[in-house]
Amino acid sequence: MRTLLMSSIAAVTVMGAGQAMADAHSIEACLITKTDINPFFVKMREGATAKAEELGMSLSTYAGKVDGDHETQVQAIETCIASGAKGILITASDTKAIVPAVKQAQDAGLLVIALDTPLEPIDSADATFATDNFKAGELIGAWAAATLGADAADAKIGMLDLAESQPSVGVLRDQGFLTGFGIDVKDPSRWGDEDDPRIIGNEVTAGNEEGGRRAMENLLSKDPGINVVYTINEPAAAGAYETLKAFGRESDVLIVSVDGGCPGVQNIADGVIGATSQQYPLLMASLGVEAIKQWAEDGSKPANTPGLDFFNTGVNLVTDQPAAGVESISVAEGLDRCWG
Amino acid sequence: MSSENFEASAGGADSSVAEFDIRQKSALDRMQHFLHGNPAMVPVIILVLSVAVFGVIAGDRFFSMFNLSLIMQQVAIVGILACAQTLIILTAGIDLSVAAIMVLSSVIMGHLSVTHGLPTFLAILIGIAVAMGCGFMNGMFVTRFKLPPFIVTLGTWQVFLAVTYLYTGSQSIRSQDIDNSAPLLKFFGERIFVGGAVITTGVILMVVLFAVFWYVLNRTAWGRHVYAVGDDKDAAELAGIQSDKVLVSVYVVAGFICGLGAWASIGRVGSVSPTSFFEGNLDSITAVVIGGTSLFGGRGAILGALFGALIVGVFSSGIKLAGADPQWELFAIGWLIIVAVALDQWIRRVSA
Repeated sequence: MRTLLMSSIAAVTVMGAGQAMADAHSIEACLITKTDINPFFVKMREGATAKAEELGMSLSTYAGKVDGDHETQVQAIETCIASGAKGILITASDTKAIVPAVKQAQDAGLLVIALDTPLEPIDSADATFATDNFKAGELIGAWAAATLGADAADAKIGMLDLAESQPSVGVLRDQGFLTGFGIDVKDPSRWGDEDDPRIIGNEVTAGNEEGGRRAMENLLSKDPGINVVYTINEPAAAGAYETLKAFGRESDVLIVSVDGGCPGVQNIADGVIGATSQQYPLLMASLGVEAIKQWAEDGSKPANTPGLDFFNTGVNLVTDQPAAGVESISVAEGLDRCWG
Repeated sequence: MSSENFEASAGGADSSVAEFDIRQKSALDRMQHFLHGNPAMVPVIILVLSVAVFGVIAGDRFFSMFNLSLIMQQVAIVGILACAQTLIILTAGIDLSVAAIMVLSSVIMGHLSVTHGLPTFLAILIGIAVAMGCGFMNGMFVTRFKLPPFIVTLGTWQVFLAVTYLYTGSQSIRSQDIDNSAPLLKFFGERIFVGGAVITTGVILMVVLFAVFWYVLNRTAWGRHVYAVGDDKDAAELAGIQSDKVLVSVYVVAGFICGLGAWASIGRVGSVSPTSFFEGNLDSITAVVIGGTSLFGGRGAILGALFGALIVGVFSSGIKLAGADPQWELFAIGWLIIVAVALDQWIRRVSA
């Protein structure tokens, strides 16, 4: 009873505080990420917080416990609606199931922007600020093919993917890479259905070093002659490199990756990764905060990048071995713009 | 009727002496008896069978010294965690926090030596001490506050993970940075070539740990106390065993093993990675259960966990090399757990 009383008092106090802020015409925004353990989302939160401070807005942040924690995200949306926020920035864990909750927020007059991960269907959100993950994959695929030159025709490719459930970001990068490399991807909404003999196999890594190491071991057991390795992100690439070192193959295998985190870009300088596609979570977050301010002031929504159904926050290929016909930036520039 | 013939009417009745009913024992009965006497043989038989089956299905790529030794490398860390997990499960407890303790300990080792420049050996000792402290905390909650181990470690699992993420900002320490400033952290990644096989010092650590704890559990007073407390805590106390002290010591020892696992995991992964081994706690429980240790406590052989971990490794490698979808691996391991426990129950129902 006593705790109930205390929490009621606390709740009333908080509501009072929220009221006071609303009186001061401070615009409220919410940021809901998949988790708060991935450096990508940590960086996104930092970017949003800095931008909100700069614009004099107040920002509340929420996160799921683990990737896939849908329930916590729904609760976060409900809390945001109740708090009188003007808009929500969300990286959804379950891109289909979140849609009814998003609709509820929109009906209550909030602007909902998907960051990084598009909802399904993509127009369920008022706007999407994301990396073009297919393009990110295409860049490293084209770079790998150009770097191999004539040898690309009989390359042996290992694919280190994210998870068996095939989340969209993993599928887009994988299929983008193969397209860039010049391989027929069959159904572009699934990885693993290709029949090109150059692909030795797909293994899942959970996007961390341990998974990358194990997956690379399994691929090399299938075929020790692998000479090109696609990785879903840079931690998985670092794990794969450890395996290659253990097999004495670190100098004759090409590893490509996606993300552009600072340790990943550093790994290009150290020769671990050949090239990576760098994305910009800070930009996604700060653009999102600006869009909510705009919406609160004059009710206008952000427009999509021409030709795409989302706003492309850009992606750059980072490498210290530029290949002909593939645009790239240097490691120094990559380090300058890296996150995490 | 003559008197000599008075028993003639009983001539058709059964004339054998009263005795116990002895049926002819079937091969199945004999098997049940044998396994009851040798519980660690169940996982050994499954292991040998699965190696043979995958050797046929997946062929030479699976059945080479190189691949079989690679499986050892792949299961080393989960095997070490399973060694710690066995101790806890023998006391009728369960520890959901083993992997979280290990990861926390490894990031402490990494950050103290690489980021803060402490001597590597000292950083490793501090990391192991923290792991033992985490175990002590679990043990105190279980004994002093009489909380169920499942609940205690469900809580501390998340607390330790959160501390790890907060401490590191979820960032890994790169392999190259470790090579430059603290190569000793990778000691358990050193490779040893024996014929066509490649084993690591981490694999040797796992085997040594199992050997040591086999001896400790079977040949020392402390080891017998662990079994006694797990089998029947009240009876153990009546026999003069200070069961709470034994329980706390088990959690501290489990923490120590996790600390060694932390050191070995850096060698295995190459980097110090706060996001790796996310499901290590469940993997270790899987290995222990497949290894035939009873979740009700007091029964089971520690070597079973080693074989349990190897069985999972063999299935995982064999299914991949046979070219099946990775989902089949989950499917097979899931059934293996259920079959292992069902088999255990059947063996326990052994009748004379």
